[in-house]
Amino acid sequence: MNTADQYVKAIYLLQQIENGPAATGTLADKMDVSPASANEMIGKLESRGLAEHEKYKGVSLTDEGIVQARDALQTYCIIERFLSNVLDVEDFRGEARELEPVIDDMIAGRLDTIIDRKSECPDCFDPESDACEFLDVCDAEAETETEAAD
Amino acid sequence: MQRHERGIALESGVSRVSVGYQVTSDHQLARLLQIGIVLEEVVEARAYHHHEEMGDDSLDEEIRDLLSHAAEESNEHRERLEAVIDRLDVDSVPFEEIEALVEAQYGQTKPEDFDGVLYDQLCNEETAYKFYDDVIEAIEASDAQFTIDREELLTTLRELREEEADGVEEVTRIMEGRE
Repeated sequence: MNTADQYVKAIYLLQQIENGPAATGTLADKMDVSPASANEMIGKLESRGLAEHEKYKGVSLTDEGIVQARDALQTYCIIERFLSNVLDVEDFRGEARELEPVIDDMIAGRLDTIIDRKSECPDCFDPESDACEFLDVCDAEAETETEAAD
Repeated sequence: MQRHERGIALESGVSRVSVGYQVTSDHQLARLLQIGIVLEEVVEARAYHHHEEMGDDSLDEEIRDLLSHAAEESNEHRERLEAVIDRLDVDSVPFEEIEALVEAQYGQTKPEDFDGVLYDQLCNEETAYKFYDDVIEAIEASDAQFTIDREELLTTLRELREEEADGVEEVTRIMEGRE
């Protein structure tokens, strides 16, 4: 997944969390880059018609940007699900974030042939937990957290 | 050492992602090579099943040879990747589990005709080429030392990439000859 796709996906998820434009600082934090770098990429996304930036409010995706973000999110879901279900990786979220730049949609498409992905994808992706809500590992973690609370 | 800990995502509600990619540890390298093994297993299984389901009568010699060669080559690639992982300081997923998963899922995505078989093979070869190319780039971008000799590792991956490039050319040649 290229850098622009990682950005539009991040903006898409932040817009869901914030229920409005994504603040540049929050985006920079999520992407683990400086605010200047985030601003530079936002400018590139604007020039490609994928995002709009409003001063003091933040960045929002255009309709075209949303389509691209959802494709990127689907690729990301495939990576998470593949790591969790096929390779049995416990920290599938951490490793998916690491692998994301090197797994593009073509490779994800092949991995997708051996996983059971829900038809709801990518709407099943929960931006707060950074994971597909149907992944068993999330259920296991939720149970663990509930037990700990008890 | 991994850059992103699970705790960050849970505590802040805003998880971080990395931009660009470098392979920095045996663990990361092994994970990538495992993905390579799965991709090769998918190629092998699909080539084998295409051959089985279409049958010798409905496939001409050129396509039979193509599928047979693809299955053999993927098997060999997988063994080479497994040999590298065996020399790294990591636990590996048993190959049989991956094989069973690929087998179980094949029926849901199989191509239905010749054009589908050739296109599927082209997609397989292109995907594997792109994957090795990306992994090589990610290793070259890093100055990390692995348990396995770096140059030996890169040589192996470049050889695999080269064979995938030959595969893309071969399928393309056959497809063009049938237009």
